[in-house]
Amino acid sequence: MAVVTRSRKLKEAVLGYTLLAPLLIVFAVFAYYPFYRIIQFALFQKFTNSDDTEFVGTKGIWDVLSGDEFRSGLWITVKFMLYTVPAGLIIGVLLATAAHRQLRGIKIYQTIFSSTVASSVAVSSVVFLTLVNRQAGYFQNVSWLDLGTPGGAMRGVALSSVWQNVGLTFIIVLAGMQAIPEEINEAATLDGYRPVRRFLRITVPMISPTLLFLAVILVVQSLQAYAQIEILTSGGPQRSTETLLFKITQLQGRTDLQTGASMALGLFVLTLAVSVGQFLMLNRRVHYDN
Amino acid sequence: MTTSDEDNGRNGAGAPGGSKLAKAGWYVLLTALALLILFPIYMTFIRAISGGTASLFQRKPSLLPVATDWGSFYNAFSDGELGKPILQSLFITALIVVAQTFTSTIAAYAFAFLEFPLKKVLFGFIMVTLLLPIEVTLIANVQTMFDINLISINDPSYLKTLGALTLPFLATALGVFLIRQGFLGIPGDLLDAARLDGYSDFAFMWKIAVPVTRPIVGSFIVISFLGAYNQYVWPRFAVKSDKYETIQIALRGFLSDNPNQLNWGFASALIAAVPVLVLLLVFQRQLVRGLTAGAVK
Repeated sequence: MAVVTRSRKLKEAVLGYTLLAPLLIVFAVFAYYPFYRIIQFALFQKFTNSDDTEFVGTKGIWDVLSGDEFRSGLWITVKFMLYTVPAGLIIGVLLATAAHRQLRGIKIYQTIFSSTVASSVAVSSVVFLTLVNRQAGYFQNVSWLDLGTPGGAMRGVALSSVWQNVGLTFIIVLAGMQAIPEEINEAATLDGYRPVRRFLRITVPMISPTLLFLAVILVVQSLQAYAQIEILTSGGPQRSTETLLFKITQLQGRTDLQTGASMALGLFVLTLAVSVGQFLMLNRRVHYDN
Repeated sequence: MTTSDEDNGRNGAGAPGGSKLAKAGWYVLLTALALLILFPIYMTFIRAISGGTASLFQRKPSLLPVATDWGSFYNAFSDGELGKPILQSLFITALIVVAQTFTSTIAAYAFAFLEFPLKKVLFGFIMVTLLLPIEVTLIANVQTMFDINLISINDPSYLKTLGALTLPFLATALGVFLIRQGFLGIPGDLLDAARLDGYSDFAFMWKIAVPVTRPIVGSFIVISFLGAYNQYVWPRFAVKSDKYETIQIALRGFLSDNPNQLNWGFASALIAAVPVLVLLLVFQRQLVRGLTAGAVK
């Protein structure tokens, strides 16, 4: 009997590893190995004219991460984040509040509000060229959105990103609101809560985990913003919209990969920090509830 | 959550409309918001049907088409060769979606129903890849592709480009996570009973586990399609020949290659969104469930 169980266990283990194999092979080649390579690129300076490499170590990485180029990319990324994340959250809540309502035809409005999900970042950026392009844009005379000025370029790129995310933010916040049991709202109404108070005391606390989830998605998206910058501003004017990822892509064609790889490590640490932050906040919330 | 199949129970209907006046107020607000959201699309449409040079050099912004020319939607295909990148995108998307669904389903099955050493460690290893998006590993992956000659500047054949565009995306941790969640909802007794009835693991997976979790698998397929069709960064650096571009990358080329025919570019952007728009309208429920997975606990 024991023999049968053992062979059964062995068979199950073999099957388990076989089912994981395709996935693990893909990840080994295109996730773990490149991560290892990025660290390797960052630790060694390779010279353009020869195959020689020189070990620059963690000091080399630190030199890049404390250098002007990385700091400027980081600051521009943070600025982009400050333009897009709060706006995304506010618009999501606003639209979901307006459309979470028992009205005839509300599904049509909900579909329209969700519709920008269909638009990729590239499509949104081309769409926004019809608004902010200096020659052809509808807002060509609005200096606030002039892509030829650093401030206007940042606002134009941010506005296009916020619009592209309207559908996503709406869908996520609406789902959060729909998950609030109707009884709670009814009880609050019976207790004499007026709509504004009910919104602040019931709705906002109840959807706060949803808002955290959405905030994390928006922050990660802003760390990875690329197409809107390439299509709308090419990083300009005067490199004022060169985010971290944009700078990294500019460096990747060169033989010297040390700078780009070090910056990519910086981007990884930022992504990691956001995820750890999300985990800690969710954990705290769970304890709070208990 | 209530956006599931059994929608519109007690939850989720939302606030009542209120008095007639209040209702009218809400309709005005909702309509205003809808128009605001649709305005960029409207302007793109107007630009797409405005004659090329006229629209480019007119200095006064106009809300109506100038020198109306409906031909741009046709010309984008005939002269702009829009069809090729769209087909390329759809083909690559299909490959990625099928592969991701397959690799995710079998891996999720292993994690949900089988026991083997290092199971938890391996699960952790797989989830960690969510922290390594292609944006972070871009530099190294481009190098690897050069090394194995799938990205080649001198000789970018179609098969190589196809490999470069799809190989890194044949598996995703998100799919494993979502489908495993679905499988975990199936009672273990069911597997034992099926085994007694002579079901093999594959028969159980294919005939019971997958059909039971169809809503979740469906949601994953929809968001996998959305991600693969809309992606920009990797194809931008993996494709070295205009001939094999995906539609998202081709949109940019359209504008810079035809500065006097910006209307084609604008028409192309609208056409490029059509496949995803259809997906959104037909599989709205799956899309919402996929996008909000993890949002509402």
